[in-house]
Amino acid sequence: MFDVQAPLLDVAELRVHFPVRGGLIPQHAGFVRAVDGVSLHIQAGETLGLVGESGCGKSTLGKAIVRLLKPTSGSIRLEGTDITGLSQRALRPLRRDFQMIFQDPAESLDPRMSVQAIIEEPFIIHGLGDRAERRKMVHELLDRVGLPASAGERYSFEFSGGQRQRIGIARALALKPKLIVCDEPVSALDVSVQSQILNLLVELQRDFGLSYLFIAHDLSVVKHVSDRVAVMYLGKLVELAPAETIYRDPRHAYTKALLSAIPSPDPKAKRAKILLDGDVPSPIDPPAGSAFGHRMSHPRYAESIGADLSLGQIAPGHWVAADPCCISNDDLAVLRHGAGLA
Amino acid sequence: MSPPAEIILEVDKLITSFETERGMLRAVDQVSFSVPRGKTVGIVGESGCGKSVTAMSIIRLLPQPAGRILGGQVRFKGIDLLRADDAEMQRVRGGDIGVIFQEPMTALNPVHRIGRQVAEVFRIHKKLSKRDAWDAATEMLQRVRIPDPATRMMDYPHQLSGGMRQRIVIALALACKPSLLIADEPTTALDVTVQAQILDLMKRLQDEIGMSIILITHDLGVIAETCDEVVVMYAGRVVERASAAALFEHPRHAYTRGLLESIPTLETPSKSLLKTIPGMVASLADHVHGCRFCQRMGRSAGASNERPQLAEVAPGHWVETCPLCSGEH
Repeated sequence: MFDVQAPLLDVAELRVHFPVRGGLIPQHAGFVRAVDGVSLHIQAGETLGLVGESGCGKSTLGKAIVRLLKPTSGSIRLEGTDITGLSQRALRPLRRDFQMIFQDPAESLDPRMSVQAIIEEPFIIHGLGDRAERRKMVHELLDRVGLPASAGERYSFEFSGGQRQRIGIARALALKPKLIVCDEPVSALDVSVQSQILNLLVELQRDFGLSYLFIAHDLSVVKHVSDRVAVMYLGKLVELAPAETIYRDPRHAYTKALLSAIPSPDPKAKRAKILLDGDVPSPIDPPAGSAFGHRMSHPRYAESIGADLSLGQIAPGHWVAADPCCISNDDLAVLRHGAGLA
Repeated sequence: MSPPAEIILEVDKLITSFETERGMLRAVDQVSFSVPRGKTVGIVGESGCGKSVTAMSIIRLLPQPAGRILGGQVRFKGIDLLRADDAEMQRVRGGDIGVIFQEPMTALNPVHRIGRQVAEVFRIHKKLSKRDAWDAATEMLQRVRIPDPATRMMDYPHQLSGGMRQRIVIALALACKPSLLIADEPTTALDVTVQAQILDLMKRLQDEIGMSIILITHDLGVIAETCDEVVVMYAGRVVERASAAALFEHPRHAYTRGLLESIPTLETPSKSLLKTIPGMVASLADHVHGCRFCQRMGRSAGASNERPQLAEVAPGHWVETCPLCSGEH
């Protein structure tokens, strides 16, 4: 927000609400507030990690950013251009700049198309190159993601999960995007293959200056690839900070609980776990006040109803929700009085 | 060292094959390990390495007719499970051996209420009356910490969250206070926070009942936090077997080291290149006599030599003796 350089992606107060119909005679029964007022930005060449439990709205946020879903309100700016309300037709030339990689490459690759056809499709849609040139570009892409040129003639189902994810990455790279939204790109893979794909993503970022929004539930993986990390709970961000900071010094109770739940591959590191009760509450009828305070039955929950729980800065670059149930009194004082910012 | 605990389950040179279009595939190839009373033994390895087939062989729930147990012994409290008749196996399964599968939705019947499904276990195994079984089931739901169990008994599986469903499956598995629980990826489909709840619950119930657990997972973090002993499987074989402490401190097999080094931890420098294991799990269709991991690494030792044998390199620490893969780094 005080950045000199304009961010590549700037999302402000984004909301994605889905209408719910219910009852014997289906009628409007409310909204699922999947994304409920999220603001964030991503700089060129930066990775922003996005973590949270299933159902917290992180995938919906990712899809809305690449405009696979229509936001209800708020704004998405890509290099200063507001893409929030653009029609699909008007978006098409801009789509070159932002792409997406999905969790399950088996579901996002058409089994009836050869790998060549899958990777070449973006070139055809955008009218790039003739047949021979496209073929050459596909071969370069395959080579770049570590697959042999012969892979082009085969079909996606002939490949293993890790190789399929490489195909998905090659397709996403085809138009030289600036931003790639990676939605759980390695969670379906075995650890040895996961590390290969993570290495590939890190190398590609270095070589092409890519920015990533990296959505995952594996917090160790997110820490590894991210410059900054945002923690999402029930449609809202509760904390956002540089990756090192958030893991070393989490301030929000939910972030602390999430971090303490990571199993450590070291039998000697027996850390105390913060065990949460229950699950993420329903986003159809979210609690009026602090959603996490409600889950924890926090004594100060009443105080959070009607209070402004938006993110504030407690240290340079370290943002946390001003939630009386979830942060320390000191932090709350800093946020409420705006003082003490070192 | 404490005196050796009583062995509750002993798997000895188990061989399981699948009949496929490409011929007989050995999914489990002479696997041996034992489970002491009250302890947790983890089986770890990548997908397709034979972890689940090993578990399913123990309780003889292999897909039929493709899966066949070709050899070995499984001794559970003095019974040879591989030679037990069907009536005996039905008594053991769900009775003295409880099973939890990865996806709770497939383990539960979507058209029956939770209460009926949990009560059924008591009706069949404990021969309780309808009313007593219902009460026992409600109490069981309470023990797996399901809030408001009397109401939840009337729910259908789809009305519960993934974590709650997995609790129901745990309630089913533990209803008869089994001596052994086989948990096949019990937390893989769950969030880390819910995973922590479920692992904690399993640990508490283990202490209450005094049962042993076989925990199958690909997550080395889960292994480190919950297991006493670990069996590392690769391509249908056990490549290393040790106490959890020894395995994480001194992994001897190159495959174990590869697995451990390829996961980023909170201490790994950000965006540094992670170590990888080249290639992928060997196809069982390639009949390899030598070291299967050498074969994956493209080393000639995998091609011709005879099969490496497990050797005890330290007390309780067994490793497949391949000149290139075993040894202390």
